Amino acid sequence: MRLDWELARRGYRRYAAYPWATAAGLFTNIFFGLLIASILLAVYEQREEVGGYDVADAMAYVWLAQGLLAVVASFGPSWSELALRVRSGDVATDLYRPVDLQRALFAQDVGRAGYQALWRAAPQFVLGALLYEITTPGSALRWLAFGLSVCIAIIVSFAVRFLVNLTAFWLLDYRGPQVLVLTVAHLLSGLIIPLSYFPEPFGDIARALPFAAMLQAPIDIYVDEPLGGSTLGVLLLQAFWAATLILAGRVVLAAGTRKLVVQGG
Amino acid sequence: MAELARIYVRLVGGRARSQLEYRTSLALQIVATAFLTLLDFVMILVLFENVATLDGWTVQEVALLYGLAAISFAITDLVVGHLDLFPQMIRDGTFDQILVRPLPSLLQVAASDFSLRRLGKVAQGIGVLAVALVALDVDWTPGRILMIPLAIASGTLIYSGVWVALATIAFWIVDAIELVNSFTYGGNFLSGYPITIFGRWLRNLVLFVIPVAFVSYFPALSILDRPNELGLPEELRYLSPLVAVVTAIVALLVWENAVRHYRSAGG
Repeated sequence: MRLDWELARRGYRRYAAYPWATAAGLFTNIFFGLLIASILLAVYEQREEVGGYDVADAMAYVWLAQGLLAVVASFGPSWSELALRVRSGDVATDLYRPVDLQRALFAQDVGRAGYQALWRAAPQFVLGALLYEITTPGSALRWLAFGLSVCIAIIVSFAVRFLVNLTAFWLLDYRGPQVLVLTVAHLLSGLIIPLSYFPEPFGDIARALPFAAMLQAPIDIYVDEPLGGSTLGVLLLQAFWAATLILAGRVVLAAGTRKLVVQGG
Repeated sequence: MAELARIYVRLVGGRARSQLEYRTSLALQIVATAFLTLLDFVMILVLFENVATLDGWTVQEVALLYGLAAISFAITDLVVGHLDLFPQMIRDGTFDQILVRPLPSLLQVAASDFSLRRLGKVAQGIGVLAVALVALDVDWTPGRILMIPLAIASGTLIYSGVWVALATIAFWIVDAIELVNSFTYGGNFLSGYPITIFGRWLRNLVLFVIPVAFVSYFPALSILDRPNELGLPEELRYLSPLVAVVTAIVALLVWENAVRHYRSAGG
């Protein structure tokens, strides 16, 4: 546990070392937030609500999605870092270490997510809340459920990225699966538009998939529009995906390790 | 000038040939890139599942805006898109090597990482534009037909100029490349919509500072024969080529000036 804590701190500090990159990223999030907010407001000129989202919900969506995308790493080096180590063979060193590879990487990712939550998600969400009229959860319990949902979203996101990286054990070109999963994830996580805007039944199907558990699920809980009307149901669904994908990661890593042949030495 | 073009083609040609060695991989990457880029258009389609018009624009008209912007942006991305990697050249010192060679620095940077998979973006832009042009009920005149290639050429110059000018930020703040993305990718995202839906200061930004309103909005007004809803002079719709040339010249001046003031990190 102490080791996990130390790894998480290193994960945090790794991103804290580049404050200018954070500031630039924050600026980009806010800029895109303003653009998407303007577009959605044009929709609400004509509609009272879309897929359960009223205008205040939609504005909350904009600033939560822009904030959470850094927290759950919708972009970034963590999509290929391990894959590059597999390709170069450096992963052999990682496997030598007396720590579990998946657990160690997860601890670092928690540190990364914590940094992004504190310095990217929080400031731009506050700014969004000041500029626009947004939904706020009425009860402490809903805030708690939202927080829990974000935590599970980070686990699901980590598990997906871990699996994508592991394809490098079998494929020479890790970029293929990476681009494929990123494309699907951007569309189906609710990053570019709320999934409830999709025509039925696509919206509900998308909201039941693991990608929605990375981004749309916490937002749905925040604005009290969870899939099927049950916050607990969404949390359990997220937990199911988290457990399944983490387990899948362990199985695939074991298979990849068996296949790994270290040349030389 | 012709000599420079010849050198550029040779430099880029070499890169292209090496990528053509892995045909299957390249084909898959082109298709994947096309689909990833298409997501922005999927957002537009999903929005129009819920409303018939967006600020008075139909889905076909918005598709025209998107198509014009997407093609210009894709060509820009093909030519100067790897300026994304430019800060890395400053950090590891490879930019210094560029400066000692007897060729313009911008040309070398532009030719440094030509990547054919970006053709996927061009293809999806052409696809959307073609669908929009077929679906639109436009009274075609020679002038309106001519406006399409003119808009794409102007749009490419405008986006390239914005990208080059902003990339010079890396000379001072190496880590701030994402700031540039706001205006390049953000500018492109914004150009897929009628600019009337954005607030006053955003509109002024894309009219006067980062002039991406001239990439799609004004050419589209002329193709669709729509009055502008901003109370601006109607002649603006014909000014895209002029704005493009001015943007390109300003960008080159900014680049030259930045390079003159560049001081390498190495001893």
